Amino acid sequence: MQTTSALGESQLIEALRAGDEDAFVELTRALHASLVRVAQIYVSSRSVAEEVVQETWLAVLEGLDRFEGRSSLKTWIFRILANRAKTRAQRERRTIPFSALEPTRIQEPALEPERFRGADDPRWPGHWAIPPQPWPDEKLLSAEMRERLAGAIDALPGSQRAVISLRDLEGWSPEEVCNALEISETNQRVLLHRARSKVRKALEEYLA
Amino acid sequence: MSSVEAFSCQELVELVTDYLEGALPPEERARFESHLEECGNCQLYLEQIRRTVELSGKLTPESLDPEAERELLHAFRDWRSGA
Repeated sequence: MQTTSALGESQLIEALRAGDEDAFVELTRALHASLVRVAQIYVSSRSVAEEVVQETWLAVLEGLDRFEGRSSLKTWIFRILANRAKTRAQRERRTIPFSALEPTRIQEPALEPERFRGADDPRWPGHWAIPPQPWPDEKLLSAEMRERLAGAIDALPGSQRAVISLRDLEGWSPEEVCNALEISETNQRVLLHRARSKVRKALEEYLA
Repeated sequence: MSSVEAFSCQELVELVTDYLEGALPPEERARFESHLEECGNCQLYLEQIRRTVELSGKLTPESLDPEAERELLHAFRDWRSGA
């Protein structure tokens, strides 16, 4: 996140403790979209997710004087968020899958098997039957394409949507995502892979 | 037998993220790259994944609504004044 890297994390914490409103506003703006995405892994609606984010900031202020810097500020904020969101989900009596962040074991191939020649193909088993086509530049840069792209990301399951948002929209590193979501590197990659594959496919369907 | 036959397109498509993340063991990375050298369709697929990532990075993140921001700022002022 730019806020912490520009200011330096310890300076940012000092600024917040000293009551620097600009630093606080900048931080809340910088993290807002990511916090909402992560809350949405657990709670059902966007508006509940926004409420959980507001509660999280209040809890952050309450705890800030006791924050010891054993994790990064960002990781600490996301852990508070996840706890609040889980509690909220229980209150909503929403059944959270035992591990909302584990990728499902069901195979989710990046493309339909029909896109490839069968394993019994005499010459080219597993090679393209219906290969990708080049994307037309003018359509690729249109406002409608951006809407489709945002729509495809919104349509993903919560955990995939959170990982692709943090990585590709917000530009976080894999380590930051693993820490904030408390997931392994492997799971982070599986979720990212499924998300990117589906989003690419949605663009392909639009651009075809 | 050319090296393209050693690694199918279907397998490659499932490894693109590991490849881009630098998570493939060296031998697999070499197989991935030698397949890619000879397979224009897989080059295009990888290029489209890269394009997807790049375009996602250009989306405008959703912003905090002004009312919620005012509430937070009030909370911050109360917190600072020890209220």
